[in-house]
Amino acid sequence: MSGHRGTEVRIAGFGGQGVILSGMILGRAVSIFENKHATLMQSFGPEARGGACSAQVILSDEKILYPYVKAPDVLVVMSQPALRTYLPTLREGGKLIYEQDLVKLEEGDELPEGATCYGVPATKIAEGLRRRIVLNIVMVGFISAVAPMVSMESARKAVLHSVPRGTEALNGRAFDMGYRYGVENYGGES
Amino acid sequence: MYSIKEAVLSGIHFIDGDVACAEGAIAAGCRFSAGYPITPSTEVVERLAARFPMVGGMFVQMEDELASSIAIIGAAWGGVKAMTVSSGPGISLMQEHIGLAAITETPTVWVNVQRCGPSTGLPTQPAQGDMMQAQWGSHGDYPSLALCPNSPQEAFDLTVRAFNLAERYRTPVMVLLDEAVGHMLEKVVIPPGDEIDVDARHFTSKPPKEYRAYECAPGSLVPDMARTGEGYYFHVTGLTHDERGYPIMLAEVQRRLMERLMAKIDLDDVTQVVQSQVDGCEVLVVSYGITSRVAERAILEAREQGLRVGHLRLLTVWPFPEKLVAERCTQGSVQRVVVPELNMGQMVREVERVVAGACPVTLVGHPGGAVHEPEVILEAIMEVRQ
Repeated sequence: MSGHRGTEVRIAGFGGQGVILSGMILGRAVSIFENKHATLMQSFGPEARGGACSAQVILSDEKILYPYVKAPDVLVVMSQPALRTYLPTLREGGKLIYEQDLVKLEEGDELPEGATCYGVPATKIAEGLRRRIVLNIVMVGFISAVAPMVSMESARKAVLHSVPRGTEALNGRAFDMGYRYGVENYGGES
Repeated sequence: MYSIKEAVLSGIHFIDGDVACAEGAIAAGCRFSAGYPITPSTEVVERLAARFPMVGGMFVQMEDELASSIAIIGAAWGGVKAMTVSSGPGISLMQEHIGLAAITETPTVWVNVQRCGPSTGLPTQPAQGDMMQAQWGSHGDYPSLALCPNSPQEAFDLTVRAFNLAERYRTPVMVLLDEAVGHMLEKVVIPPGDEIDVDARHFTSKPPKEYRAYECAPGSLVPDMARTGEGYYFHVTGLTHDERGYPIMLAEVQRRLMERLMAKIDLDDVTQVVQSQVDGCEVLVVSYGITSRVAERAILEAREQGLRVGHLRLLTVWPFPEKLVAERCTQGSVQRVVVPELNMGQMVREVERVVAGACPVTLVGHPGGAVHEPEVILEAIMEVRQ
C-alpha cells in the first residue's frame, strides 16, 4: 500500500537487552524534544527475559494513523534470530544496524537493493564502561550517528530523561561512545 | 493533601495508553482504585499504585476481581471517585457488581483493556471481543455507557470523560481499551489542571431528615448523593427499591425504577463520533479503537483510487449512537457500509439493526491476536465497485 508513512524503525533482540527502552528513547526524542510525532508499538511474549522482543517505532512530522511497521527504513538487530526474522522486511535503500558480536551476517543474508550496513561492538563498548547493561544506550548513540532521525542533542536529552536517576553520567557516556564510534567508523551521517 | 488541580501531570509526555488512562483518572479526581492486576491492563494499576500516594489516593491490590469490584462501589459511597481496572477474564468475574453499581446508581469507572478471549485466550495480544459484554454482561436491563479510545491521548481524554459521565448520570461507565492502544506509546498532552473539565459529585443540599436516597429533583432523572458521615441514614440495596432505597417487591416499583434508569442517559449528551468525509460518500466505514487506525490506512488508499469513502469513528460505543449512525449510513449516496472489528462480528449487529436493510453491511471480522491487514479492509471497501 502506498504512501502515508513516516520513517519506520524496528529494533529487535532478546527481552532484557533494553530493546523497548531504545525505542522509547527515540520516540521521546521526537515527540517531546522535537515536538513531532512518534508511535511505539511493543511486542513481546509472556516471558520477561530472554524471549524475542521487538519495538516498532514510526516517526513523522504528521499525526500517525497506522501504527505498525511493515518495511522498516531502519532495522536495528541485537540478536541472530532477530536478523533472521526481520532482514527480509528491510526496505530497499534501508539501513541495517547490528551489534556485531551478537549478530553475524552470513552468506545467504541478502540485503535489499541499495541497503547499507552498520556494525557496532556495543556490548564490548558497554563492558568498557564496566556496565554491560548500557549496551542499548550505546546502540542509541550509534543509531544517532549513522541513521540520524532526530538531532544528536534531542537523542541525548531523551536518554538522560529516560534512565534511572543517578545513572545519567554513565548513560551519557555510553551514548557518547556509541555516537563517536559511528562518526569515526562511518563518518557520521551518511 | 494535594488539590485535584495540583495532582494533574500537566505537560507533554511519551507514554502508553495504560499510563495515560491512569493519569486521566487522577486528573478527573479519582482517588481510589482496587484491582487484581492482569495483562494487558497491569500498567494502569502500576501507575496508580505509584502515583496515588503522592496525591492522597489509595490503590489496594485485592485478592480477586469480586473483591476489587465491590471495593470501588464501597469507596464511591464513601465519597471518593473510584475505578477498577482489568481485562476480559477479570471483567467477566466483575459482572455481578457492574449490575449492582447500575441498580444502586453508584458512579464508578471500569477499565477493560481487551485481550483475546474467550477465557484466558491470548493475554498479550489485542482483541475487541468484549464489546457486547460491555452492554449485556450483567443480568437484567440496565443503561450501559462505554467509551473506546484509539490512542494514548484519547485514553487520557476519555478516562476523564468517563468519570464525568459517571458523576453526571450516577452510573457505571466502562473505558474499553484494547491491548494495542494500552501498550502503544505516543505523545500525550496533559493540559493544566484548571483547563480540564471535571464534573464534581452532585451532593444533596437537603438536611438528613428530608433526604430520600433515590428521589430526583423535579426535571431530573438522577438523584443526588449524600455526604458520608454527616448524619444521612438510608438503605442501599441491589433489590428493586423505592425512592427511600427500601426493597419493594412490586412490579409497579420495578417498572418505575427501570423506566427511570433506562431514560436517565441523554443520548445526545453522551454520543461522541468522529466523522471524516461522510457527506456524499459511496462507502461508509464504521469503526472504533485500534481498528479505526488500521482502517484509516485502507480508507486513504481507497480514496486515492478515486472512491468516496467516509469514516465514522465511534468514541461512544454504548449507548450505541443509533440516531447518528442510522442517519449517516442511510443517506442516499451510501452503497455499502463496512464494519471492521477485532472480533467475529459484534458491533456490526448494531450497525445492521439501525441500517435496517437500507444498504448492504459488510463485516470485516478478525479473531484477534493481531490487527487486520489494511489490505483486507481495503478489499471490502473496493468490493462496491464490482
